[in-house]
Amino acid sequence: MSVFKDAGHLFRFAGLFVLAFLVFLVARHFVVPKSFGQYGHYRGASIGEIAARPVKFAGHEACEACHSDVADKKKTGKHAHVNCEACHGALAGHADDPTVKPVLPDTAVLCAQCHTASAAKPKGFPQVAPADHSQGLSCETCHQPHNPGMNAPTAAAGGAK
Amino acid sequence: MKINRRQMLILLPAAAVAWESVLAGTPEESPNYKMTDHWWSMLIDIPKCIGCGNCVRACQTENDVPEGYFRTWVERYHVSDWPMTKSGDITPNPLIAPEVISPKGGKEGFPTATDESGKYFFVPKLCNQCADSPCTQVCPVGATFVAPDGVVLVDQKYCLGCGYCVQACPYGCRYIHPAKEVADKCTLCYHRITKGLTTACCEACPTGARQLVDLKDPKDPIHEFLKTHSVQVLKPQMATGAKVFYNDLDGSVR
Repeated sequence: MSVFKDAGHLFRFAGLFVLAFLVFLVARHFVVPKSFGQYGHYRGASIGEIAARPVKFAGHEACEACHSDVADKKKTGKHAHVNCEACHGALAGHADDPTVKPVLPDTAVLCAQCHTASAAKPKGFPQVAPADHSQGLSCETCHQPHNPGMNAPTAAAGGAK
Repeated sequence: MKINRRQMLILLPAAAVAWESVLAGTPEESPNYKMTDHWWSMLIDIPKCIGCGNCVRACQTENDVPEGYFRTWVERYHVSDWPMTKSGDITPNPLIAPEVISPKGGKEGFPTATDESGKYFFVPKLCNQCADSPCTQVCPVGATFVAPDGVVLVDQKYCLGCGYCVQACPYGCRYIHPAKEVADKCTLCYHRITKGLTTACCEACPTGARQLVDLKDPKDPIHEFLKTHSVQVLKPQMATGAKVFYNDLDGSVR
């Protein structure tokens, strides 16, 4: 035992280290969130929190579940791949509760957003100068938005041939 | 029971490892969505973009993006024709100095272009969901990270708002939310894609210029697209592992 004769101060020092480590562990237990480090150096639970946010665009599948007539009309036309909410806006509220009535978009503004002629747009994209093209008539006089071709079944008389 | 020093030395690290797992808690199971089955990204088909701004509006609606800030925005490039002079002077290369505009992020569309010279195209921009993201590497507290499904997210409860990540992003895709005072960015509509929906911008894009892709899905058309098209990512020289793919991207785009 002669080696450890005066080792008391060493044990006290070691004890201090152990105590500090325990305090650190206890503090860490309260400070670090439970899921920190679950997948990496971040709070794993935050992924679920971000995923839990509510949606505002219902998605075209939700629209087509009820409005299959419109979906059929669209299928054959130029707007077949334009999703409902691209024009009608975010309507998850309406999809969840059909008594919430959406406001119909104003075609004068809406159609022009995409189809106003500009040298910057891809050349193959159908585009017109709205003032010259319609002389003030509203777009749906000739074009049905869901199937905008002039020979579409619901187009104004004279358009079909 | 007597424990000698050798046994103690073995037991202590084992206890530490066990304690770590207790601290981590049990992983939460999501019933329908498995993160490891996905590796999300996006494809931008430049020739299809008409610059209508539908994506920007949809994003701001879906994600309550404050006015004047953007999680996605659209830029219009105008690369003028090569200036030819008879005197043989050295002329500036229009590819190096394109005219780029993005009024209100393209939210209200773009002014009508009348100058027929040169070439125009639109470049929608968003978080590139980098696999080796510089923004996540600089975060001092672990508030931003690449999720196991490849989406770069911000833990807004943990973020200090120091803004390091805003400076680190080479694409300018992050901002400090003026009300929350924490970092904010495109989440690739994480709350939508985990429910089986597409992102708000893809849902609202009328021409299909934006497509959500899942690189771990063997049936995703992206695999065929990548084989048959000239596809680039932005700033590949930064080695960020960006995975928003741009089809037919012009060399003038920075």
